[in-house]
Amino acid sequence: MSAERRRRKDLAHHQAIETGRTRLFLLATLMMLAFLAVGVRLIELTLFREGSEPRIANATPPASWQTERADILDRNGEILATSLRTASLYADPVRVLDPQAAARALARLLPRANRKEILERLRSKRRFTWIRRHLTPQQQYAVNRLGIPGLYFQQEEHRVYPHGHLAAHVVGFTGVDNRGLAGIEKSFDAALRQGSGPLRLSLDIRVQHILADEIGKAMRRFQAIGGSGVVMDVTSGEVLGLVSLPDFDPNRPGAASPDAMFNRATLGIYEMGSTFKIFTAAMALESGKATLDSVYDASKPIRIARFAIEDYKPKNRWLSVPEILMYSSNIGAAKMAKDLGATLQQDYLSRLGLLSPPALELPEIGAPLAPYPWREINLLTIAYGHGLAVSPIQLASAVAAVVNGGISRPATLLYHAGAPTEGARILSEKTSEQMRRLLRLVVDSGTGSHAAAEGYLVGGKTGTAEKNDANGYAGKGLRSSFVGAFPMQAPRYVVFALLDEPKGDKQTYGYATGGWVCAPIVSNVISRMAPLLGVAPIDEEAPEVERQMFIEIHEQEKRLASF
Amino acid sequence: MTSFARTDTSTLSRWWWTVDHWMLAALLLLIGLGVLATLAASPPVAERIGVGSLHFVERHLSYLPLAMGTLFFASLLSPRQARRFAILVFLGALVLLMLLPFIGAEVKGARRWIWIAGLSLQPSEFIKPGFAVLAAWMFAEHRLDQEFAGRAISIALYFLVVALLLMQPDMGMAFVVSATWCVQFVMAGLPLPWAALLLSLGIAGMVGAYFAFPHVALRVDSFLDPASTNSYQVTRAMEAFGNGGLFGRGPGEGHIKETIPDAHTDFVFAVIGEEFGLLACLLIVSLFAFILLRGFSRMMREENLFILLATAGLLLQFALQALINLASTVSLMPTKGMTLPFISYGGSSLLALALTMGLVLAFTRRHSRFRGKF
Repeated sequence: MSAERRRRKDLAHHQAIETGRTRLFLLATLMMLAFLAVGVRLIELTLFREGSEPRIANATPPASWQTERADILDRNGEILATSLRTASLYADPVRVLDPQAAARALARLLPRANRKEILERLRSKRRFTWIRRHLTPQQQYAVNRLGIPGLYFQQEEHRVYPHGHLAAHVVGFTGVDNRGLAGIEKSFDAALRQGSGPLRLSLDIRVQHILADEIGKAMRRFQAIGGSGVVMDVTSGEVLGLVSLPDFDPNRPGAASPDAMFNRATLGIYEMGSTFKIFTAAMALESGKATLDSVYDASKPIRIARFAIEDYKPKNRWLSVPEILMYSSNIGAAKMAKDLGATLQQDYLSRLGLLSPPALELPEIGAPLAPYPWREINLLTIAYGHGLAVSPIQLASAVAAVVNGGISRPATLLYHAGAPTEGARILSEKTSEQMRRLLRLVVDSGTGSHAAAEGYLVGGKTGTAEKNDANGYAGKGLRSSFVGAFPMQAPRYVVFALLDEPKGDKQTYGYATGGWVCAPIVSNVISRMAPLLGVAPIDEEAPEVERQMFIEIHEQEKRLASF
Repeated sequence: MTSFARTDTSTLSRWWWTVDHWMLAALLLLIGLGVLATLAASPPVAERIGVGSLHFVERHLSYLPLAMGTLFFASLLSPRQARRFAILVFLGALVLLMLLPFIGAEVKGARRWIWIAGLSLQPSEFIKPGFAVLAAWMFAEHRLDQEFAGRAISIALYFLVVALLLMQPDMGMAFVVSATWCVQFVMAGLPLPWAALLLSLGIAGMVGAYFAFPHVALRVDSFLDPASTNSYQVTRAMEAFGNGGLFGRGPGEGHIKETIPDAHTDFVFAVIGEEFGLLACLLIVSLFAFILLRGFSRMMREENLFILLATAGLLLQFALQALINLASTVSLMPTKGMTLPFISYGGSSLLALALTMGLVLAFTRRHSRFRGKF
């Protein structure tokens, strides 16, 4: 290799290196720009961007939760009955290797378990035997941990009634196989099992609680053997409260006595006593046989056949229609009925729904007990509530029709949002309006004064019936009641309360009549429930209200009802 | 540690006094951070796929001595030995790459892996540094002796390698190999008009990839319009950086690793961002930039064209891989399945990178005896 060639080659190499370096520098610059871009982007992302929302665990959408029996709700969505998924433990005895050890382990694990009984089951020759129904998840886990072959779980559902006693007679209960055996659970068994969403009742659990609370307190105070109550919306027939005491825990229906299971509000039928005078007066006024000015001779008892119809506190004079209600005169009511005649009486009673079973959505419905044949004596006694037995729900329904403008609507336990339902007119607006004044008069100045609830313009009628048995009315004790409605210038709710065999105490001067023992219940229930239901109190002595409630009492003196 | 006197002429001592301490330190720091990152990011992924929670950590740590050994061994070599070694690696990887369709194992839809002695290896990872060294040699020889057909050989080899990579298909690897090869070509004195032509060919190639490969098209589309298609991992990664802020949420406090499948590999940087914050991220980016610049600055005083080209190519591969991973994690470009060098979990890639950087260390050693042609 010549020196010249080497020199040229060195030069070429030098040039090549120089080119390489220049271009390497260019490359380095480009790469640095790229790294710089990443750095700037990092600053933007970390410092100038919001982070993510805190992540929450994915919840299973509640829609996919299907139980084999739908919930029952009150009108505000409060759960009255719901289903819990549980596991029930059963065994295939053939696969259990060591029944002795298994029985011992299970008896230790399950409360109230009997080792011998489990052992017997595990030694049986069958391929299936229940060990325990409805285990808690903890118990299921513990059983699984035992690792005993031959034990299996069956997924089941367990019906739970969170309010326990409170709505037991309405909601009812189910058996161990989850079929409805009473109440709404029974009457809507098919619908609930179809799983077409929860069933919403007209019941308001708050009103139910108030009603049960007040009736229960009165029962204890007056040592009554039973009680019942109804709160009903007069414009829709919706039942907001339905109480029958004593009651039971639907979570454990097996432990209840037959008496506690008996629904006194719908299945029990009773001679209601003087509350029937409401209907007698209403039909007399509606038929035109009487006006508010009519007077009847109540100066002496009526003698018919072997009976004598007497007044509880006789006035021994002629009484006007308002006075008959005010003083609750049996003689006066009987005389009014006599003018009316049996046919008209039957006709009106039938239209008021008092002669046929009510169409309430419960299986426990009592049919009224009416006399046959309908003699004159029946005509006279039914006028003041004896000789015809009806259930509390029927009575409340009929009173609602009398005060709501004269339209009869079937009582219902299903939610209607308080909207008026289809109804049949049975009284004129005018008669209904007159009846409202009369009922207000009873509370304002008559036997029902203990039902007053300041501001709510309560009207109503007492009822006290002597209990009878096969041997007749023989001082077996009383069945006292009060039916009220409020506010009387435009009634919204009917409240009914009944006590079975109450005993008067010192504060009632020994009296156990409806006016003394049941009217206060209605008063308390109304003062407690009205604020919850949005009924505003009014000034009962405002001129406008007094004018609306004004009634003339024809006799020796004229007077204002609200004096 | 034994101290080395400068007069000591043993191999180890010579190595210690000639190797680039700063680059070595940066590499070791990076490897250490990689262990931390794998510890942070991989347990939830491991639990999700049903292996022990420390599965990936254990595998990473078991690869680590091998990687360190490779790095050290390669850096001990003289430039001539390094070149021979790299070419051997290239030939071995080439053979494996050609055999891959017959002996490869399929992972996530691509046939890229073979199993050797219990290690899963990706031949394409190893052909990369080998090819960079070989191409550099060919370019340098041709540049110094125009009669030698080095350029033609290089072009032919390039098409062979890229064809093999596209057959897999491994777009990312093909891109890195192409970019490196083009840069080497240009640095070896390719006239600028030709360089411009190469650049436009490269762009045409990427556009062609968009239309030829559906998965490429999908990724580009979801980058251009994140709302239209499924860009789940990228969106989560963006949020992770936002959650992290300046100092991060603290080790173990991040959540992105629980929600995305590639938290320990392609998206490990987002995990770091969420748990250790901006400062840690900037440290890592700076380390990559530092290693690249350090290597390049060494080359500014290099008198040997082959070493210049080879080192530039190897460093460019390393930096490009890092850049592509970083840029796609912070959503500056479409996602490309590429690991973050030394930080991501990935046994095969760790070994290949150790080999690459070992060769870089070997070439950047002070070696005054290797001036000019050797």
